[in-house]
Amino acid sequence: MRRIGVFVCHCGSNIAATVDVKKVVELALREPGVVHAEDYPYMCSEAGQSRIAQAIREKQLDGLVVCSCSPRMHEATFRKCAEKNGLNPYLVEIANIREHCSWIHKNMEEATQKAAILMRAAVAKVHLNAPLQAGTSKVTKRALVIGGGIAGIQTALDIAEAGFPVDIVEKEPSIGGRMSQLDKTFPTLDCSACILTPKMVDAASHENITLFTYSEVEKVSGFVGNFTVDIRKKARYVDMDKCTGCGVCQEKCPSKKSLNEFNRGLNTRSAIYTPFAQAIPNVPVIDATACIKMKTGKCGICEKFCQAGAIDYTQKDAIITREYGAIVVATGFDTIPLDKYGEYAYNESKDVITSLELERIMNAAGPTKGHLERLSDGKAPKEIVFIQCVGSRCSDRRGKPYCSKICCMYTAKHAMLIRDKYPDTKVTVFYIDVRTPGKNFDEFYRRAVEDYGVNYIKGQVGKVAPQPDGSLLVQGVDLLENKQILKKADMVVLATAIEPNKDVRKIATMLTASIDTNNFLTEAHPKLRPVESPTAGVFLSGVCQGPKDIPETVAQAGAAAVKVIGLLAKDSLTTNPCTAKSDELRCNGCSQCANVCPYGAISYETKLINDHGVREERRIAVVNSALCQGCGACTVTCPSGAMDLQGFSNRQIIAEVDAICR
Amino acid sequence: MPVNENWKPTIVAFCCNWCSYAGADLAGSSRLSYPADVKIIKVPCSCRVNPMFILRAFEKGADGVILCGCHPGDCHYSTGNYYARRRMTLLFSMLDYLGVESGRTRVEWVSAAEGVKFSETMNSFVEKVHGLGPCVRLGDLRCKK
Amino acid sequence: MNSVEAIKEISGVNPLKCMKCGKCSASCPSFNEMDIKPHQFVTYVINDDVESLAWSKSAWKCLSCFACIERCPRDVQPGRLIDAARQLLIRQRGQQGLTAEEIPTLLDEEMPQQLLMSAFRKYWR
Repeated sequence: MRRIGVFVCHCGSNIAATVDVKKVVELALREPGVVHAEDYPYMCSEAGQSRIAQAIREKQLDGLVVCSCSPRMHEATFRKCAEKNGLNPYLVEIANIREHCSWIHKNMEEATQKAAILMRAAVAKVHLNAPLQAGTSKVTKRALVIGGGIAGIQTALDIAEAGFPVDIVEKEPSIGGRMSQLDKTFPTLDCSACILTPKMVDAASHENITLFTYSEVEKVSGFVGNFTVDIRKKARYVDMDKCTGCGVCQEKCPSKKSLNEFNRGLNTRSAIYTPFAQAIPNVPVIDATACIKMKTGKCGICEKFCQAGAIDYTQKDAIITREYGAIVVATGFDTIPLDKYGEYAYNESKDVITSLELERIMNAAGPTKGHLERLSDGKAPKEIVFIQCVGSRCSDRRGKPYCSKICCMYTAKHAMLIRDKYPDTKVTVFYIDVRTPGKNFDEFYRRAVEDYGVNYIKGQVGKVAPQPDGSLLVQGVDLLENKQILKKADMVVLATAIEPNKDVRKIATMLTASIDTNNFLTEAHPKLRPVESPTAGVFLSGVCQGPKDIPETVAQAGAAAVKVIGLLAKDSLTTNPCTAKSDELRCNGCSQCANVCPYGAISYETKLINDHGVREERRIAVVNSALCQGCGACTVTCPSGAMDLQGFSNRQIIAEVDAICR
Repeated sequence: MPVNENWKPTIVAFCCNWCSYAGADLAGSSRLSYPADVKIIKVPCSCRVNPMFILRAFEKGADGVILCGCHPGDCHYSTGNYYARRRMTLLFSMLDYLGVESGRTRVEWVSAAEGVKFSETMNSFVEKVHGLGPCVRLGDLRCKK
Repeated sequence: MNSVEAIKEISGVNPLKCMKCGKCSASCPSFNEMDIKPHQFVTYVINDDVESLAWSKSAWKCLSCFACIERCPRDVQPGRLIDAARQLLIRQRGQQGLTAEEIPTLLDEEMPQQLLMSAFRKYWR
């Protein structure tokens, strides 16, 4: 007969206020097998744990039930406590009487009754717990970073500096991401390219970093420490080993009508192109949908002019397979499409632009060579209106419910830079709130107002109407003056909401990483574990986890790198011992189990079985406990009931059902 | 069968560790109430739930059983919830035939971020089962234990 | 039923969702004619001052053009609030001011459909 100890935690008043803990202790002592029961204010504390230790010793306990908060909080704590005191850690069960009981029920009698039932279910289960031993699995000491923007680059650099090899997979022809499209960054007004390109060069030249640009992750299998990933290297049609980056091909290419994605479609590029001058690798890519040679067979000018003989129209996509111990997602963001926001006339007038388009215009390498001019007629704008929160903070169906976080600061930056360079140009910002919480952020925005005379109006804009004379009539409101404002503007800039990269859902599914309804990847705990996904071995870096600016992105990238290094530094990982196991005597080798296993953990062998005196060779299922993740799909599929799951066995679950329903 | 006014249904909820159990925890931290009639059993994945467990529950006195798992496509073990969905479709229609009405059984997909959905689901499920009254007691004809 | 409850029930609006952005006022064509502005409707309801709303000029100056409803990012739809306030007033007064026969005499080719519907809602006997 088991000797079980039941420990009921008060959790201060979190449990004790709604559950009569003394009554639960009293009822516990009535359960068969329970030889000790006590309550205590904070079971997880040092003092609480020493009470458990004492009871294990004095009463020779061989099973523990702790009635407390969720096992997701302290199961590991109590397992460690058991282990320290000579008890197998898997002889411990937790009854969740806080999140599932005291916190949601108001009536003390009801809550106590339910707590007692949950306690009984845990006691019934622990009677059948077996002392499981955790196994080990090896760790492949290489990391994969998906996304080559500042987040991915920073994470990769930090991991590489610690001595581990890292691969960066980037779907664009060059690394750099959104930051390479910016002109200046707040709050320092550093030139974005000047601070980014050294990091890009470091990433490219670091001996531990391998870049896979113009590539995408195609397939992921495995689990923490042992991921196998298929990477598709898309055909560039240019040989990376031969290309010298001279750029002649781009000059000579006759197909120059494609929209330049890097410049947000504001100008055009040739069919063979590098996205920007500081691209790394500095090797162009041929856009097969625009290339005359690939579409019609005629042309081939780039091949003719290439002195290195690097052009190769016959290149094909290649798939390579690599193994990794950890994967970091750093897929970044884009602005939302504005087709639902017709009131701002974004599609009607070339002079209504998004803030990212303004960055390209103000950038010296952009479509207007850094001159601030209207895209419609090239004239300098004299009156610019900025509209904040376009598509953010919306609970209607058109926009996103969250605040995009970076827009208040970047608009202040844009406004200041414009007023500085063009003091005759008037700048107005229509805002709802100004959110500038970072270090030196509020001071930065106040400079825009006080030193540079940017006119901040509290109120929104209802409509932007393009006028026949080419100007834009902006109808807004000033809530502090309680007046409607009709302003004639030459240019309107929309601070558009940002959303995660459109490929993120596909990647999250491949990694079985949680994703929320806004397509941001979920973190394991919003406060205490912000850079890890609940899926072990997957880490999050940058805006893919939530809107943030560059300082926060770099901080988070470093945090993700540290978590990866902590994982890769281990030589082996303890595996979850709650794996499937097949009863040799019952297995008939039907192979149903292997069909449903997502990890390929089940194989078959022929073995000599002695079944109650009958000796024969049988084909039986064998579970590889290093690969098995303990989902239990095989246990239900097994027609003979041979397959069972340790830690959640059939008898254990039925014992819990019985305890609840009796 | 005459129903005692104070009768409360016995509801068993099987919740998968990764999504729905976490969703239930979130409902708890957010103090979103639902009736105390619901008792949760943790399983690693919704695919762990053997139809035998559900039959056993109705045999031992449960009035309603609900299975909660991750949204399709989001299963932590990639395919578990698909198997669960298919099995339960068959099982619940068989149970309905046996006299355990379809209102007494449910499958619901709740993610770890959906505390509100969890409590709303439990509230509506308990209300439904309460309306149906006590369930027939299934009997296991194989053995007397 | 007190008037705040009544307004919420008639309009279906949750006034607490308003984030005071002012887009409704920015879109309103009758802004200058109104005494209580669209962005203030919500505040009056929250402060339990439905009387002022119902007896305001705004209740009659509102064209029911629905621009504020279309554009409100929080689905607060202030246009419905002022509509509901007008309804309350009309129900209290127990009178309507327009018959179906009178409408053709007031018709004008330039008048948009919506104005007709809005007039009906305001003045129908």
